[in-house]
Amino acid sequence: MFAIYRKEMRSYFINPIGYVYLGVFLVFSALLCCYTTLISGSYDTSSYFTFLIMTFIILIPILTMRLFAEERKLRTEQLLLTAPVTITGMVLGKYFAALTVFVSGVLISCINFIPLYIIGNAERAGTESNLKHIGPITGEIVGSVIAVILLGAALIAVGTLISALTENQLSAAVITIGVIAAMVLLNVFNMLTDSDGQYLIGVYAVRAVIDWVSVLSRFSAFSNGIFDYAALLYYVSLAFVFLFLTVRVYEKRRWG
Amino acid sequence: MIKIEHLVKNYGSNCAVDDISFEVESGEIVGFLGPNGAGKSTTMNILTGYLSSTSGKASVAGIDILRDPIGAKKQIGYLPEQPPLYLDMTVEEYLSFNFNLKRCRLDRAQHIEEVCETVKIKDVYHKVIRTLSKGYRQRVGIAQALIGKPKVIIFDEPTVGLDPKQIIEIRNLIRSLGKDHTVILSTHILQEVQAVCDRIIIINKGKIVANERTENISNMVENNRRFNVKIAGPQKDILAMLKGMSGIAYAEALAERDGDAYTYMIESEYGVDIRKKLFYQLAERNWPLVGMEALGMNLEDIFITVVDKSEEYKAVGTNVRNRIKRRPRGQEKSALEREVGASLYEDAQRQRSESSLSAASEDDDE
Repeated sequence: MFAIYRKEMRSYFINPIGYVYLGVFLVFSALLCCYTTLISGSYDTSSYFTFLIMTFIILIPILTMRLFAEERKLRTEQLLLTAPVTITGMVLGKYFAALTVFVSGVLISCINFIPLYIIGNAERAGTESNLKHIGPITGEIVGSVIAVILLGAALIAVGTLISALTENQLSAAVITIGVIAAMVLLNVFNMLTDSDGQYLIGVYAVRAVIDWVSVLSRFSAFSNGIFDYAALLYYVSLAFVFLFLTVRVYEKRRWG
Repeated sequence: MIKIEHLVKNYGSNCAVDDISFEVESGEIVGFLGPNGAGKSTTMNILTGYLSSTSGKASVAGIDILRDPIGAKKQIGYLPEQPPLYLDMTVEEYLSFNFNLKRCRLDRAQHIEEVCETVKIKDVYHKVIRTLSKGYRQRVGIAQALIGKPKVIIFDEPTVGLDPKQIIEIRNLIRSLGKDHTVILSTHILQEVQAVCDRIIIINKGKIVANERTENISNMVENNRRFNVKIAGPQKDILAMLKGMSGIAYAEALAERDGDAYTYMIESEYGVDIRKKLFYQLAERNWPLVGMEALGMNLEDIFITVVDKSEEYKAVGTNVRNRIKRRPRGQEKSALEREVGASLYEDAQRQRSESSLSAASEDDDE
């Protein structure tokens, strides 16, 4: 598993893909941070994280599309599957490589918060009373970063499964974009209203189900500054389920 | 070392491998011979744990591939039909990756150097695999299989797509590997197994047709003395003479023509060298012998011969086609033929009838 992890990490950074991903991600996050906090004159980072999750729709497929599709196309998966490695080990090695690149991107993007702290400190120094907290709330940021990482982990697992199902990187990417977009944007339907201000989806049960399934609506607690263990568990189980399915896809193919 | 028992693999309703059993002793080089789609690759893929069998057992060094896949895979080095190379890696990185992948406990630098020495890729050690020629890529693939000193090495069509010089080099390499390893290789080229292997397993349509030592198969092949001879002179008389000559089991005129010389296909009887006699006979009649070409046996002929040999016919290698024709109508087929040879016999008979039809139509044209 470790050999495969190292190989994948190496291939992220010997091909342009790792740099493209990190570059684009950092540019997006910096721009978003700029618009949602500095330009709108707010220390509140919740909308920054919400928009950041939207960028995953495009960015995560870049990370996951080649994981298995490429190996199938080049027939190198035969090497991995006949080596003394379990299928679970192979899937996890690849998954953790993608996850590492993703997490490092998120962690590096935390430099975006430095200006907020600087400005916050300056403003606090300017005021006399110490009654009101001025500046970004560290706890909220840390909680949100953890949640974003786990949410990303779930989406990467989705991309891993789709890459294992396809033989072509491009189709893997397109399908992953579709699926992740559906998962992230599903709860938009809940917000749609007609001209009278009535919800388009009037049935409460349907709204509840959509809310339950939607990845983004589970994130809303973090935006409100609540550390939601249930949501974290939800993301971890999503990741687990999709990785399990990936392993099953390979098991099934052997018996095919 | 390798034991396969009643192996069956179905792809849906299509049966790729149909109840195959064989054993390979330690230190043997065994050739898997068969036409494309015979089930060679499937068998090898099952043996290496890439595919699972529908039923049956496969074990390597006493380890069942299904019960303990990791343990069994550690014993095997495998070169698939298409070498599984990462084109963006250098040879060094690729072999190092394989070293890690197989969790070797040997000294890394020394072992990789040894392997490179064996397959002669030291001069491309630092090159990116993408830039290598087909021959070198194949060698890197072989090097990959050798990493970790596996007891068993499996090559799936190792010489396909190489030039003749490279083919010979790879064959020599495989033969030298046979000293320390048990080797299985698959091919659809008869000469290849003859050149390299101790034992030949012939497989067709998912079944084992023959499992013989190479000498036995070679004898069969060499004893099948078929020639194309080119003789100048009147075609009908020459053909009649050829057919009447003792020692010739079969003769037919081919459509090929070169000036006043026609080409004939003859087949001598078992153990008779017909060439000198033929020359003198022709010289006597003043029909110049313009050319003579020994015909190798193709795979189909061998199947027929092999199946035949297992029957009560003792004179191995004499005219197979005639014997098939001579078989009395309604004669009971032997159990073995029913089992393995039925489809081959049908093929051969269909071929025979087609060729006689075309020969007849050619006669009409004359």
